[in-house]
Amino acid sequence: MTSGIGAAEPMQTTRAAIGDSDPDGADRYNYAYLDEQTKRMIRRCLLKALAVPGYQVPFGSREMPLPYGWGTGGIQVTASIIGPDDVLKVIDQGADDTTNAVSIRRFFARVAAVETTEATAEATVIQTRHRIPEQPLREGQILVYQVPQPEPLRKLEPREGETRKMHAYAEYGLMHVRLYEDIARFGRIATTYSYPVMVNGRHVMSPTPIPKFDNPKMGGNPAVQLFGAGREKRIYAVPPYTDVRSLDFEDHPFAIQRWDECCALCGAGDSYLDEVILDDRGGRMFVCSDTDHCGTRRARGHTGRLGADAATAAAAKPRGAAR
Amino acid sequence: MTAPVRTAPTPLLRVSGLTKRFGPVTACRSISFDLHPGEVIGIVGESGSGKSTLLSCLSARQRPDAGTVEYATRSRGLVDVYALSEPERRLLARTEWGIVHQNPRDGLRMDVSAGGNVGERLMAVGDRHYGHIRAKAEDWLRKVELDLGRIDDLPRTFSGGMQQRLQIARNLVTGPRLVFMDEPTGGLDVSVQARLLDLLRGLVRELGVAAVVVTHDLAVVRLLADRLMVMWRGEVVESGLTDQVLDDPHHPYTQLLVSSVLQV
Repeated sequence: MTSGIGAAEPMQTTRAAIGDSDPDGADRYNYAYLDEQTKRMIRRCLLKALAVPGYQVPFGSREMPLPYGWGTGGIQVTASIIGPDDVLKVIDQGADDTTNAVSIRRFFARVAAVETTEATAEATVIQTRHRIPEQPLREGQILVYQVPQPEPLRKLEPREGETRKMHAYAEYGLMHVRLYEDIARFGRIATTYSYPVMVNGRHVMSPTPIPKFDNPKMGGNPAVQLFGAGREKRIYAVPPYTDVRSLDFEDHPFAIQRWDECCALCGAGDSYLDEVILDDRGGRMFVCSDTDHCGTRRARGHTGRLGADAATAAAAKPRGAAR
Repeated sequence: MTAPVRTAPTPLLRVSGLTKRFGPVTACRSISFDLHPGEVIGIVGESGSGKSTLLSCLSARQRPDAGTVEYATRSRGLVDVYALSEPERRLLARTEWGIVHQNPRDGLRMDVSAGGNVGERLMAVGDRHYGHIRAKAEDWLRKVELDLGRIDDLPRTFSGGMQQRLQIARNLVTGPRLVFMDEPTGGLDVSVQARLLDLLRGLVRELGVAAVVVTHDLAVVRLLADRLMVMWRGEVVESGLTDQVLDDPHHPYTQLLVSSVLQV
């Protein structure tokens, strides 16, 4: 994070340094695609969001060269904070190699001339959709979330004016009505993603559609967590080492998902697992959703049930086969 | 007949000189009355006479143009409702007051189960124990004579009368001291009306809540209200004990109203 917020000055000179082979294309764009005034506006919103953890700050969202729902909010936040010295990692559902992640990474490599990586430890800025990396983050790293719906109360209260008042007056009883409905219907809190959290004891916040498995990682995290919702035009943030609690009932406490199996490739028993169908006869396996975590473990010699047979693994895992 | 001696030290609700205008139309003109704890006051009048406007001014939903509405809170005594800050007013509305709307759709969350609807106010005042909320919801469904087997059903699958009873349970669960009711029996058939009135009368007497009931149905006020105010063109033209006003109406409009009731 050598060049994060407030490094507006040197940007003007880096235009020519992009060195793209197409002189009529990329060179016309400002550094990191957005113009400096827009980045400044977004940085101001980010500062405000960091000052009031969990509060949704409205911002003037711009059109980005990707459709709404693909990470327009996250990409604008990343564009505003990124500098030439940053190392960018982009993950989509934990994976580094899906279309969205690859496109966004290539976009910033082109317009911001940044180094990109798949290794969580090496990255300074990580843009994510729906996961927090398994490897604990450290001070100086920034995690940028792509947010489809920033308002946690929206499903129960459609009026924007009313939800703003509820946030302003900390009237959060309604959030528990949603959890009550879960228990009444399913016997337990069945919400598994977008599980509402209380930030800093004041604002109820949507953690974006991350699995509730990742909720405990948000609290007390040394990294800066920034949230951008492009379509809904909201930015919010969780500063480092902030208290983040998942809402629950006294007699139905918050609990994360558990699996009976370990990762079939790397044998990890403490990571978030995706189910992969192997054939049409009921064969299946569970693998880490965080591809970097899984790969790192395998490189260190950990193997799971199917991990030893590299051919099986490659055939079973389309993501691996595509590379 | 001597005038009743005012022994109660402070009323629960004191309204003085309340006026509400909509452009050239004066919906309520200089209305004043006191409501004492446990008392039920009925407001009757024809359509467009300002009853509902008066009720929304009283229940802090519409700021009057002139006059004051004072409410005796548990902790602070008489306070001017419109001098409170908005969060204080909203807190008052969900702890000490209840509002029963004419249309249950305005007062219920139609996509939340019956139990959730009743439990919402408990959760809003900080109850975080599912078992406790559930037990209270069941208790209240029983009190308003709803089938416990329907506790997890959505209100939109309920009949009109059931929705209205659910709305009443939802409002009374936090033990309010004052309930505002706008046509609580409107749109229900007579046999359901009778049961609902019976239920309301029992609850009001049992819990000792004060109530302001707006209606155009004289049978409702005859059964529920201790005192009656008759509104006509935005003004209170007659007020007094319910039986007194209904049996011996003085104002021409009240006479018309009483004589218009169909006798079967």
